[in-house]
Amino acid sequence: MSINNKERQLTYGGAIYEAISQEMVNDDSVFVLGQGVDDPKGTLGTTLDLHKDFGVKRSFDVPIAEDGILGVAIGAALAGLRPINVHIRVDFLLLCMNQLINMAAKSNYMFGGKMNVPLVLRGAIGRSWGQGAQHSQAFHSFFMHTPGLKVVAPTFASDAKGAMIAAIRDDNPVVYLEHRMLYSLKEHVPIESFASELGKARILREGSDITIVGISHMVVESLRAHKHLEGVGISAEIIDPIWLSPLDIDTIVASVKKTGKLLVVDTAWLTCGVSSEICIQVIERLQSSQKIHVERMGYENTPCPTTKPLENMFYPNPSLIASKVHKMIYLDQEDWFPSVAESEEIAKFRGPF
Amino acid sequence: MKVINNIKEEENLLSRLFRAIYRIRRVELEVARVYPSDVIKSPVHLSVGQEFISVAICDVLKKTDVVFGTYRGHALYLAKGGNLNAMMAELYGKLDGCCGGKGGSMHLADKSVNMMGTSAIVATSIPEAVGYALAIQYRAGNEVVVCFFGDGATSEGAFHESLNFASLKQLPILFVCENNDYAIHARLSDRAAQMDLYKLAESHHIPAQIFKESDILALRDLSNSMINEIRSGSGPQFLEAHAYRWLEHVGPGDDWNLGYRSEEEIRKWEKEDQVEVLGNLLPTDLRLQLEQEINNEVAESMIFAEKSPFPSREELTKHVYK
Repeated sequence: MSINNKERQLTYGGAIYEAISQEMVNDDSVFVLGQGVDDPKGTLGTTLDLHKDFGVKRSFDVPIAEDGILGVAIGAALAGLRPINVHIRVDFLLLCMNQLINMAAKSNYMFGGKMNVPLVLRGAIGRSWGQGAQHSQAFHSFFMHTPGLKVVAPTFASDAKGAMIAAIRDDNPVVYLEHRMLYSLKEHVPIESFASELGKARILREGSDITIVGISHMVVESLRAHKHLEGVGISAEIIDPIWLSPLDIDTIVASVKKTGKLLVVDTAWLTCGVSSEICIQVIERLQSSQKIHVERMGYENTPCPTTKPLENMFYPNPSLIASKVHKMIYLDQEDWFPSVAESEEIAKFRGPF
Repeated sequence: MKVINNIKEEENLLSRLFRAIYRIRRVELEVARVYPSDVIKSPVHLSVGQEFISVAICDVLKKTDVVFGTYRGHALYLAKGGNLNAMMAELYGKLDGCCGGKGGSMHLADKSVNMMGTSAIVATSIPEAVGYALAIQYRAGNEVVVCFFGDGATSEGAFHESLNFASLKQLPILFVCENNDYAIHARLSDRAAQMDLYKLAESHHIPAQIFKESDILALRDLSNSMINEIRSGSGPQFLEAHAYRWLEHVGPGDDWNLGYRSEEEIRKWEKEDQVEVLGNLLPTDLRLQLEQEINNEVAESMIFAEKSPFPSREELTKHVYK
């Protein structure tokens, strides 16, 4: 049994589904609401047939009214339920920012600690196959900017499960950001229900020359760059923060203290982004004791174009990441761009969106 | 015997309603009186003239019923049974306030009587009220939610989204639109193509009533029957209740000098002031006794607020998260 469990692989989407369904068994107050959660596709499988297994009271479709529906979820949370409000794209969360920022994030503080909002707000970050400017955005920096919200963006299936269960059990609003390109990736996921530690980063590769912090899908791209860097004698430490708020800055600082160099690769724009935040926090902590070199990568400073050739240029990729690191290590050497095939999950993606 | 009992009940009702409405009026006027001294360093939106709506409706609610309101929320907070000392201390920004000074006049709450926190952003608590009603239905509870808002809120998307959802799910909620005709300084006729606001609810298939009288007893009867129906499981209802805001939108004074409304408008409402109407229905000695008790209580609440300490540095970072 235990051997089978250790070998057990789940996709990212499967891990999210398992986390939610296990928590719905565990706690009657957990319910799911969102556009299309009970349709035949079940939010990319993550809510598939929950309404059949748990009843329509526990998982139901909603009108296309993001602001009002998040308010409904907040109201239910104020009454002690644990709603999971699902959005197939992060872009749609802009329609409910008033409820999220002015109500969910403020309630516990504004009412003296007596009105907490145990809520999970899920949003998928889109990419590829022509998602275009309005289906590809990732606004984690907006959410991180606001006290009262917690923000998590897991990369691997086991973290997706542990973070989802932790988010559901948390007594505060948690914005849970999942990247569409991660859905098909498989990893060992324990069958038991488990909650991961809030605000705990994961060191994926240990290294001594440079620290690379990836955000969400950029962790996967950074790991690909890592392989090529090994070939040229560069030892990169790769960190997935998983939680962006609270942010495990201690783990990142400890790594940069060792390597002296930091590259943050974000799946978002750079200006006022998580990359800026991580860099400045590291600088604040280390600048008086050592010389450090920080760099950032992220979206080109444009809306995301739909056409594939331009879209490819919009995102960082493993070759560009490896090249940037190479430049940071070997300052005097010529530019180096390893030839890297397009990442499989991007090349193969054909929807459903 | 029955007749005597009815008379007794009638007296109890009248004195109870007078107590509630006079108490709110006294609180509001005392707040207005001390406001220029700047002991309340925060905006206040007084409910003078509109108190009868909160009092009439809350009188027929149970303690377990739940209310959501707005930044003009003093009347609702007190009518639902919110603690007066804690409210006054909250206005003074003190540690013993109902929100420890972090909310203030615009963000009052008293969970012990199911007075939910009020919001300073128009219409934002309407979907929350609907969500609370969803939770009641989820647990097969018998409570009713009453959601108070102004006529200005009916222009917001959240209002329509909420009414649609409440109607779709047949939730146990009474929507109460306090129509005072003004959103800050703008008349409804300048803001709304459909000025019969109750018809907005009807278009969402929610049974709706309009009440234009200054008559607390009739309003109480109407809301009682609406709430009984909702409690029996008949789904949401909507009540458009008219009133007049006697004072400025925000602050302690009148605002006739601004010229956006005529002082003539208040005459009818002043003549039918429900504080006076109810007071005149009581025996004089009882009225005087109640007034004295309340005057003392309000004065004591202000002493309580004065004496309460301001929150210390450590309170600043508390409660961001639970």
